[in-house]
Amino acid sequence: METLIIIVAGVLVTSATYLILSQNLIRVILGTGVLTHAVHLLIMAMGGFSGNVVPIIGEKGNTYADALPQALILTSIVINFAVAAFFLVLAYQVYNRMNTDDLSKLRRYYHE
Amino acid sequence: MNNLLVLLMVVPLLVGIFLVFIPNYIHIHRWSTFVSLLINAGLSFWVLQHIVNNGIVTVDFGNWEAPFGISFVGDSFSVLLVLTTNIVSAICVLYAIKTIGLSREKMYFYPFVLFLVAGVNGSFLTGDLFNLFVTFEVMLLASYALITLGGTKKQLQESFKYIAINVVSSSLFLVAIAYLYGLLGTLNMAHLSERIATTGQTPLLTVVSLLFLIVFSLKSGLLLYQWLPGSYSTPSPAVAAIFGALLTKVGIYALFRTFTLLFYHEQQITHLIIGIMAAITLIGGSIGAIAYSNIRLIVSYNVIISVGFILVALAVMNITAIEGAVIYLIHDMVVKALLFLLAGSMIYVAKSERLGDISGLIRNYPVLGWMFFITVLSLTGIPPLSGFFGKVLLGIGVIEAKSYILLALSMLSGFVVLYSLLRIFMSCFWGETIISEEEEIPLKKSQLIPSAILVLLTIGIGFGVEGLTPYIQDAAETLMNPEIYIDAVLEK
Repeated sequence: METLIIIVAGVLVTSATYLILSQNLIRVILGTGVLTHAVHLLIMAMGGFSGNVVPIIGEKGNTYADALPQALILTSIVINFAVAAFFLVLAYQVYNRMNTDDLSKLRRYYHE
Repeated sequence: MNNLLVLLMVVPLLVGIFLVFIPNYIHIHRWSTFVSLLINAGLSFWVLQHIVNNGIVTVDFGNWEAPFGISFVGDSFSVLLVLTTNIVSAICVLYAIKTIGLSREKMYFYPFVLFLVAGVNGSFLTGDLFNLFVTFEVMLLASYALITLGGTKKQLQESFKYIAINVVSSSLFLVAIAYLYGLLGTLNMAHLSERIATTGQTPLLTVVSLLFLIVFSLKSGLLLYQWLPGSYSTPSPAVAAIFGALLTKVGIYALFRTFTLLFYHEQQITHLIIGIMAAITLIGGSIGAIAYSNIRLIVSYNVIISVGFILVALAVMNITAIEGAVIYLIHDMVVKALLFLLAGSMIYVAKSERLGDISGLIRNYPVLGWMFFITVLSLTGIPPLSGFFGKVLLGIGVIEAKSYILLALSMLSGFVVLYSLLRIFMSCFWGETIISEEEEIPLKKSQLIPSAILVLLTIGIGFGVEGLTPYIQDAAETLMNPEIYIDAVLEK
């Protein structure tokens, strides 16, 4: 199971890198979103993945999953939600002010 | 007593949240921000006093004991930085009150500053790596808002770059945290340090440490500083001063913490790489500071030079150099804020950022000119101003470690700082006066007072360095002996 998750995370990182390196504002933002999700999967895999046990110590059960990675992922999701919201608003503002969503065209404004 | 430590982060946070709900009372915004930062400075001084007398202060939230719960740890190093942060940001707020403009104030400028300070203080105080990530994000989100506040075209363009690079580096930070958790099964820094010491720093751990190095280098502008000059030169002067004084310092703090507490076993690999990176940063920053003729860019490149200079101490890793680095860090926070404020005032009166367009300001604004001159001397390290002692101690430490290349580069960078700033001074303040008396924009006293306070502070640190010594020594000793930190946190 860990191997599968790591492979998925790798694929996500690959596509995120492709998106971040593109010219389009929205694609860059989507790329950062995909990248953070890849990282969340990685955290889950690093926490150990026993498959079918719950992260609660029951009265009878003597195996339980590590609950900490999930707490970390939850915190990180909340933070990235806020960052992504801000980032999208910024992209909208950039588009409104400069009528372009192409990063290479934005450059010109700086050199004026 | 211990719970006071939490207040250092909570006070700005709560005041900031409260202010969000009363957007129309700008007067309350202004003064409550200023006063709460001053109160915070007082509190941190009190905590600092306590730490020097009774050792490290720790707080375990919700009484979950150290390796399991989240803890705040205040040692002399972190609380000294918290104290300086609060003083410097209070003075920057004082400057902002007069210069930032009502429209920006109404867009929640003061709450954002308070959130930023809360994030910075939290980053200095936290004893848990994941919590460090969270406080970093608090700080960064506030800084995203501050850098775009006002929304000029140049700001929007530069801030997109700034945010994109920070989001990517935050993801890398999480990757590093995930690997560390997978390898050692804990994220409490004291606990991590203990486990690394018992198992030894395996090659895998060294690789993870290099990942941390990349992340914190991006945040502090060590080698990976290409985003810094553009984004620090676009926002309004008060914001630029807060950024220049605080943000890179948090990255530097994180580097010092991780590479003295956690990954100090393989110094021939990690600290050698830090040394090489610091050397390249010094060279690159120097080239930038000389090459440009835009005042704000020159000033931003000076931030980069000082980052390289401070990290030379981490590369050589002996107690004298670390002491020097701690003093220099405090000095640099004060003087960089001062430099950005003065540059902001100059651009305000001359209405231009280019060196060629400004000349002869000394006739119109003598006080501004003299303050700029003192700043230049202090940054270069002329005694008795505050830059001198840090440079001397750091220099002695580097000589003790026999790294003469780093010594040469760090001392030569001092000349570059002198040259680049004197170039601003000579071309802007000397020469023919181009502003006639009718055109002269009056520089209000209230706009000069914040800079004047900072000038007094740099002179004061210079003369009063004797009084600071016990705190500095305590800070350096804790940094060099991780056992002190571990024992305090895990309460052995």
